[in-house]
Amino acid sequence: MPLVHQLDAAYAAAKADPAFQGELRSFLTHYVGRPSPLYFAERLTEHFGGAKIYLKREELNHTGSHKINNCMGQILLAMRMGKTRIIAETGAGQHGVATATVCARFGLPCVVYMGAVDVERQKPNVFRMNLLGAEVRPVTSGSATLKDAMNEALRDWVTNVHDTYYLIGTAAGMHPYPVMVRDFQAVIGQETKDQVLEAEGRLPDAVVACVGGGSNAIGMFHPFLNDEGVRLIGVEAAGEGMGTERHAAAINGGRPGVLHGNKTYLLQDHEGQITEAHSISAGLDYPGIGPEHSWLHDVGRATYLTATDAESLEAFMLLSKLEGILPAIESAHALARIGDVAREVGPGGVVVLNLSGRGDKDVATVAAHLGRTI
Amino acid sequence: MTTARIDARFAKLKQEGRAGFVAYVMAGDPDRDTALEILKGLPAAGADLIELGFPFSDPMAEGPPIQRAAQRALAAGMTLRGTLDLARDFRETDQDTPIIMMGYLNPLLSRGYGTFARDAAAAGIDGVIVVDCPPEEARPLAAALDAAGLSLIRLATPTSDDARLSVIVQGTSGFVYYVSVAGVTGVKEADADEVAPHVERVRKASGLPVAVGFGIKTPERAAAVARVADAVVVGSALVDEVAKAVERNELVTSAVLSKAESLAKGVRFARTGQPTKTTV
Ligand SMILES: Cc1ncc(COP(=O)(O)O)c(C=O)c1O
Repeated sequence: MPLVHQLDAAYAAAKADPAFQGELRSFLTHYVGRPSPLYFAERLTEHFGGAKIYLKREELNHTGSHKINNCMGQILLAMRMGKTRIIAETGAGQHGVATATVCARFGLPCVVYMGAVDVERQKPNVFRMNLLGAEVRPVTSGSATLKDAMNEALRDWVTNVHDTYYLIGTAAGMHPYPVMVRDFQAVIGQETKDQVLEAEGRLPDAVVACVGGGSNAIGMFHPFLNDEGVRLIGVEAAGEGMGTERHAAAINGGRPGVLHGNKTYLLQDHEGQITEAHSISAGLDYPGIGPEHSWLHDVGRATYLTATDAESLEAFMLLSKLEGILPAIESAHALARIGDVAREVGPGGVVVLNLSGRGDKDVATVAAHLGRTI
Repeated sequence: MTTARIDARFAKLKQEGRAGFVAYVMAGDPDRDTALEILKGLPAAGADLIELGFPFSDPMAEGPPIQRAAQRALAAGMTLRGTLDLARDFRETDQDTPIIMMGYLNPLLSRGYGTFARDAAAAGIDGVIVVDCPPEEARPLAAALDAAGLSLIRLATPTSDDARLSVIVQGTSGFVYYVSVAGVTGVKEADADEVAPHVERVRKASGLPVAVGFGIKTPERAAAVARVADAVVVGSALVDEVAKAVERNELVTSAVLSKAESLAKGVRFARTGQPTKTTV
């Protein structure tokens, strides 16, 4: 794919250009609202009775999740490359909304591919994208979910590469996307490092994040890679349970393979056909995981746990009641394991949870699972 | 060496002073028995080489026709092993027509490159085209295929500049597949005048015959490309015949083979003009 060579070169040049970095920093400050706070969750800490728990408040970013960090970086790159049309894939619609938002801000036409099944499940986000001026194209091929939306976006890209930029939403896909998305999300870990040093005078014992394609997790992990005392913990979606076939845990329940141009852990059958992921959270519903996570797992630098739908729902309600924060159901997967981590580290320790998004988008899902009508 | 079959076929085409017709069909589409019947009928319909697609759940370089063909084949239970079995059965009646398997990497990786390569060679496969091979996987895959005497056929595109081209064709054999339009299979139409200089460039860089595919659907278009290329690949137009025949409850095999025949004629007589007496 020669189109990625062009992107690779353009990104390398932008990365090394102080003007590009300065422009990005300015938009992150004034438009996205960075830095996001690092908040000591006192009541959550008391509840579990272990290490001090801090929340990195990515849910307070404009559009309500970490996704916009990456979108801002990539749209500035797209404009620098002279591209005039933006396409993206989305599952839950969070990345689609963030992409539609930056496209509106910079006046670029935006097409978002979304599995037809997800279009049905996530109607409010489809409408939000429309309000922002984006065209949402339902994808009916394959299983009509996130991976198929990604396939369709790739097809559009190879057909229209002369004027079109493909704004991928997670740290997966072919090189240079995993590296580039990680770089744009690494602001999460960098800020966390400074903030925790300021608050505690030391590095945390562990950082914890949910893992779909892996962008919020790798953004949190990356600046700590060389700090060996900091445990890196990712939480995959176990759906209805790891003993069932209905989960989305590529590392815990898959094996290495190649999809979308990169080698990584994948959910697949014994013939190497990609199987569908299942999770209560559409944002974690991807059968793969970014290749850097696969590597961190293989070398043992990061640990990947799982949380089921039910555990995540419970965590969703716990944080709402104890801290007055509705977490995204994706982030609630990380929350579902934070108690175990905090107790393992023990009192006197410090752990940070990346609260990747806010939960307003999920209230209907949560209500449905509680058997309530709203 | 199994590659000999590809080389012999292109030598024969050169001798005859014409381009070859490469027919792409999907293994197991719409079911195993029909697919075998189609395969066995293709040489007589005028196919000089056969590209045998093996289905994958996520065919991201494919337009709707081949996407649907893969879904039909998977629904009918086709597998990588099943694809090799089809080739082996085809070889019972044809020893000369090269078969190139075409598809995506993960099923091969899942099987293991070495095992796959040995089984493929034993089944009478001559070469393999992989659409989505990341750079770090190309070397081990090529080495395994090479050890079994199979060619890894490389893809060149309109955007491959000379520097890229020399990397792409390194150590390749058989022929080079030139993707004639930017995009996916079966959507845009290829333009012979635009294709011509690229074919020459790829020939020069590789020293190999160049087959042109993606976006060739009619005998006229096939003939135009046949005047500038060493071989012409048609896929979507053939698998569309499967879809149409299934939908209308008509005979699939004869629909596909008669389409293949008209395309093959377009290619065969592209440089000499249609003969008045003899037919294919
Ligand atoms: C709030 C939130 N967190 C996490 C994710 C998962 O993506 P990633 O693993 O790339 O961070 C999503 C994806 O939509 C999301 O919306």
